[in-house]
Amino acid sequence: MRLFPRTLAAMVALCAACLSHAQGSAPIKVGLMLPYTGTYASLGNMIENGFKLYVQEQGGKLGGREIQYFKVDDESEPSKATDNVNKLIKRDQVDVIVGTVHSGVAMAMARVAKESKTLLIVPNAGAGAITGPACAPNIFRTSFTNWQPGYATGVIAGQKGYKRAMTITWNYAAGSEMVKGFTEAFEKSGGKVLKDLTVPFPNVEFQALLTEIAAQKPDVVFAFFAGGGAVKFVKDYAAAGLNKTIPLVGTGFLTDGTLEAQGATAQGLITSLHYADNLETPRNNAFRKNFALAYKTNADVYAVQGYDTAQLLAVGLNAVKGDLSKRDELVAAMRKATIDSPRGKFTMSASHNPVQDFYTREVKGNNNEARGIAVKALADPGAGCRM
Amino acid sequence: MDLATFLVQCLNAVQYGLLLFLVASGLTLIFGIMGVINLAHGSFYMLGAYLAFVLAPWFGQQFLLMLLIGVLLAALFGFVLEWIFFSYLYQREHLQQVLMTYALILVFEEARSLLVGNDVHGVQAPAWLSGSFALGDLMSYPVYRLFASAACIVVAILLYWVVNRTRLGMMIRAGASNRDMVRGLGIDITLLYRIVFAGGVALAALAGMIAAPLSSVYPGMGGSVLIICFVVVVIGGIGSITGALIASLLVGFVDTFGKVFYAEYSGIGVYLLMAIILIWRPEGLMKRGA
Repeated sequence: MRLFPRTLAAMVALCAACLSHAQGSAPIKVGLMLPYTGTYASLGNMIENGFKLYVQEQGGKLGGREIQYFKVDDESEPSKATDNVNKLIKRDQVDVIVGTVHSGVAMAMARVAKESKTLLIVPNAGAGAITGPACAPNIFRTSFTNWQPGYATGVIAGQKGYKRAMTITWNYAAGSEMVKGFTEAFEKSGGKVLKDLTVPFPNVEFQALLTEIAAQKPDVVFAFFAGGGAVKFVKDYAAAGLNKTIPLVGTGFLTDGTLEAQGATAQGLITSLHYADNLETPRNNAFRKNFALAYKTNADVYAVQGYDTAQLLAVGLNAVKGDLSKRDELVAAMRKATIDSPRGKFTMSASHNPVQDFYTREVKGNNNEARGIAVKALADPGAGCRM
Repeated sequence: MDLATFLVQCLNAVQYGLLLFLVASGLTLIFGIMGVINLAHGSFYMLGAYLAFVLAPWFGQQFLLMLLIGVLLAALFGFVLEWIFFSYLYQREHLQQVLMTYALILVFEEARSLLVGNDVHGVQAPAWLSGSFALGDLMSYPVYRLFASAACIVVAILLYWVVNRTRLGMMIRAGASNRDMVRGLGIDITLLYRIVFAGGVALAALAGMIAAPLSSVYPGMGGSVLIICFVVVVIGGIGSITGALIASLLVGFVDTFGKVFYAEYSGIGVYLLMAIILIWRPEGLMKRGA
């Protein structure tokens, strides 16, 4: 079998040829690494549905190529994140990764993506570092940094003329990043933060801190909690009678997806986020109608972020006509993209994070209704990002 | 901190401590008397909260009746659960107990997800308990919080009475110290254990039901309560009801005032307390069965 190595080489060459030939028409592999179980399961589904809706609207193709999906449940578990993301990169050999919700998991994904140079688009996680010290040319985000909604809420509090504020949040990264944003904007407007109160995550016993707030009597309280914690905090705040004397403001997460459980206690709360339930723009109306038709449920901010993730990817793929080997051109196109999002148009910052409007929202019934724009085209400073 | 604020904070501490006691008492009974490390205890708490969520619309203002029905359902559930699973665990090592009860947590979480979904829910307190009253000019205090504390005190007294003053309590205490001797005296220890377990489940579920209107009902709520309950049980002395009560109040005070004075480090206050007490008294504050 002296010929064997040569035959083998020929076969390999042949295969490589047919592979590269197939590249033009073969589907683009999109790896969805999202939470499909646990507390964030519904968010993961919303993101996936939003993403797929846009792809369907384009006739199932982006940049002229079919899309093939690979799914991994990240379980919102940072300790499994590296293994999970490697399943997509090494086993499924995906071209693009979309994920995820939990910041800890997203940080691990960003680290792997940076090393392996796989294209990563983050559809939710707000950890500042992803588009800060850990940034990379191949990493994009279509949601927000935690700092952004915090800052916008600080601007609102300043405009209302409040001078003395207290903040309260869980003692973990997302909370402290939002408080940092709030404090920065609030102090710029001449206000002063008296005290930052924290509760260990995910503790929800607030009574002692509410008493502390009542004793200090600030002009305004800034809060970040989400999910069950948000429901309990808003209810406790009202039960202590504080909602009648000290206004409460917060980032949008305080009242997003929780209004049914919060009931009357949340009415009139002012929050800030890059999306609201009643943006009466043709773009948003069309999106909400199509989403409701396709999935028999109402779209939310997570669905919007998923949808925009697909839009951003489409911009890149269209620029290179689906040819992924032109990575630099693809990334450059995504960096310069203007996304016509249901939330309003946004662009990308130098560190690949959305430069977007933040709305002032007020809770009415089971909706967060927009009451104007708090900050136009707010960009995260992206401190520490070098690429 | 002025006197009024201090007193309100003390009220907060007592109220939090009492609620902790209600969950932890069930755990200390099962752990201390039957020697089973029951990681699924937090799930029973969650079960109670979801029971309240499901039953509340049916009962309307009949809140006490709802609590009673819920407790009976939970006890029945505990009774069956002990028969099917836990009765096989008594002679096994702790590792196997941990594995099985951990598996039960996963099963309960998944069942909850299938039956009720993953959304966060609130439970409305009945109208006759939903008001609040002013504490000086500082803040108002919800009536329901006082009701919850009162309910915890009633349960604590009942529990003390059952364990220390009744024949059943005597058998339970005897069973805790020498299982074989009790059997030798002609007492059906299997049935006795089944009753204790059902009681433990009912206590956790009752705590969940009482806490539901105070808190919210959400996935994974059992996990957060489980750890603090183990802290209470270990500080109080395994198997001691009185110890659990003292430990709950201690934890309530340390947690409340820790949050106020050392917000940054409030997470470790309770564990520091546990470490200090265990160094001072490795068996916990109270002896078994006291």
